[in-house]
Amino acid sequence: MELNKIENRLEKYFQGETSVAEENELKAYFSSPNVAQHLKQYQSIFGYFSQEKEQKMTQEIPLQTKKRNVTWLSIVASIVFLLGIGSFYYLSNNSTNAVVAKSELGTYNNPEEAFVATQKALALLSNNVNAGIESVHYIKEYEQSKNKIFKQ
Amino acid sequence: MNQVVFIELINPFKDKVFRLAKRLLTSTEEAEDATQEVMVKLWNKKDNLDTYNNIEAVAMTMTKNYCLDQLKSKRADNLKIVHNNFTDRQPQLDKKLEDADSLEWVGKIIGQLPEQLQILIQLRDVEQYEFEEIAKIVNMNETAIRVALSRARKKIRESMINTHSYGIK
Repeated sequence: MELNKIENRLEKYFQGETSVAEENELKAYFSSPNVAQHLKQYQSIFGYFSQEKEQKMTQEIPLQTKKRNVTWLSIVASIVFLLGIGSFYYLSNNSTNAVVAKSELGTYNNPEEAFVATQKALALLSNNVNAGIESVHYIKEYEQSKNKIFKQ
Repeated sequence: MNQVVFIELINPFKDKVFRLAKRLLTSTEEAEDATQEVMVKLWNKKDNLDTYNNIEAVAMTMTKNYCLDQLKSKRADNLKIVHNNFTDRQPQLDKKLEDADSLEWVGKIIGQLPEQLQILIQLRDVEQYEFEEIAKIVNMNETAIRVALSRARKKIRESMINTHSYGIK
């Protein structure tokens, strides 16, 4: 670009009347190696503007999504937890009614038969236990004779 | 709106926000904090971002206001240590020392301008926004912006000439 055009534009620039495109031309001119001697003083101004535009933000921007994720996660976790408990109870109730009741009958198929057999078994047990207890009564004799000897 | 979409949305102007903050605040760290602050504010508003027709302008306005607030809140503090770390992280360290020095001078001179002018210089000469966009960001009319910008540019020129011919004339 011719020198007088540059000077002209520079004057416009200092009046605040240049467009962005014209300012870019000025920047380009002043970043080129052959700047006229009497315009050298402006070189650093335009150089500075170009240099400043190179600066970058290096830090990460902390967006607060973590907190949100946690609440979300806790909601999901509690739903899963409740579902787990619910399904456990649901399933276990079903199985106690059906499966366990059947297995309590043991080898018998009919509940009445099983009942009779159980009574029989329990009566046998109590008879034997009572027989055992009868023999324990003798111990009372020992107790009495002991009391006779060791007077309290 | 999820995080990825949001990041895509802010990427084009994230650095502009950072640079404006750095223009106004003392250090890179403060500018980074300001940028994060502005972005988090935007993120929190993410559900009604669609209602703004120019999110970039909104972000820039928020940055401007946030930085001015910051400055006001610690006006009495260490503001005089301004700009001593301005060129530290610059990529163009291979430039001649002299050049770097005069670039730094420009930075210092701009730093001495009133904040309003600094904002205008940053938006126009560094970020190259159109006057129309600047008008939205700083809430001024275009003529006033042109006048103020012209004043700022002339001040920079004046100071540069003084600096360059210091001790000569």
